[in-house]
Amino acid sequence: MSKIHVTTTVNGDETEFLCDPRETLLDCLRNQLDLTGAKEGCGTGDCGACSVTMDGTLVCSCLVLGVEAQGKTIETIEGMAAGGELHPLQRQFIEHAALQCGICTPGILVAAKNLLETNPDPTETEIRYWLAGNLCRCTGYDKIVRAVQAAAAEMRETA
Amino acid sequence: MRYHTPSTFEDAARVSAGAGGVTRFLAGGTDVLVQLRAGLVTPDDLIDIKHIPGVRDIQRTAEGGWRIGVAVPGIALGRHAELSADWPGVVEGMELVGSTQVQGRATLTGNLCNGSPAADGVPGLVAASAMVTVVGPEGTREVAVADIPTGPGKTSLKKGELIAAITLPPRGKNGGDAYLRFIPRTEMDIAVVGCAVSLTVEGDRIASARVALGAVAPTVVLVPEAASAIEGSTLDEAALERLAAAGSRSTTSGAPSLSAPKSRGCWPSAPPA
Repeated sequence: MSKIHVTTTVNGDETEFLCDPRETLLDCLRNQLDLTGAKEGCGTGDCGACSVTMDGTLVCSCLVLGVEAQGKTIETIEGMAAGGELHPLQRQFIEHAALQCGICTPGILVAAKNLLETNPDPTETEIRYWLAGNLCRCTGYDKIVRAVQAAAAEMRETA
Repeated sequence: MRYHTPSTFEDAARVSAGAGGVTRFLAGGTDVLVQLRAGLVTPDDLIDIKHIPGVRDIQRTAEGGWRIGVAVPGIALGRHAELSADWPGVVEGMELVGSTQVQGRATLTGNLCNGSPAADGVPGLVAASAMVTVVGPEGTREVAVADIPTGPGKTSLKKGELIAAITLPPRGKNGGDAYLRFIPRTEMDIAVVGCAVSLTVEGDRIASARVALGAVAPTVVLVPEAASAIEGSTLDEAALERLAAAGSRSTTSGAPSLSAPKSRGCWPSAPPA
């Protein structure tokens, strides 16, 4: 079966890869582009560990085909820190101990960043509903919610 | 698997009609990719309809209703203030499907064509008397949304046919709609029962109503007896009791809710979240 040539922008860089039309964007990111920050948890869109944004919209990369990324702009966890400087969300996750095993963390950070871009001052309820599709089996979520609130407050001050 | 990106619905229909094996249309992919991964459906031809102009548009119709493109994701419905003001029940039903991530991709048309009896996006459309434009090898026809699902995972669409848009009628004066579902959790679950009501009022009385129920029969069902139970009333206690009784009677086929936990998973194409 012939592979399809895909040109896309990932974390600001124009990128190309060859993929089978059945391959998911998640597999293309991890196996073709060596961007292994997005994780495969369930593979069926339930856990959010593979969260990335496509043209600014939060999606599960396991539910997107690699060929659908043609001409799109993809942002992953690898593009979050700017030149070695952690994003406020990343820093606040460390300070609040909002992670243990860490497998859900890249997806939650990408999802939280996407929330704060449209809603810089979300309520606790809004944060919990927005992140309802990101499962974490370690933290019990409270520390994650507090870290997102702290990062939002910090980002509002510096905005 | 061959991947197609037609630029018109007619071309999409032609590819599908001429395909020999298993064909699937791809819009949001939140069902198709899950089925692909699980090995339930392995299409020989996958037809991505997102390259067709206008599929992401939400437009006012000349009559004052709304035309919703087949690739409009749930998140875009919720962010459309005018549509949400006209048809809050339709929008809220779709917004209950899955997580934020799923909302970024999942579409009303996909929710309809997946054929789940528990589809949260469908009762609101049925209550609203929504129509779909079906394009196929024999031309284009308008079909009521209520006539699309024929059973779990099954639709009345023939080989080569696909939906090109959903049309909501004008809301009109003194009208409103709502969708509520019962689930054991507060979020991210499949309806045990879903109920959509669309009605108009005259003074303090209900002039007309349409009531649709989900997850209690092989398809989403319109329940005219439930509508007539409240029409003409002020929605007093007696009317609410008649409404509840009519709703219960419509589902007394002996089967409990089709998406109750013990039977969950029996649909080959249940929504992913």
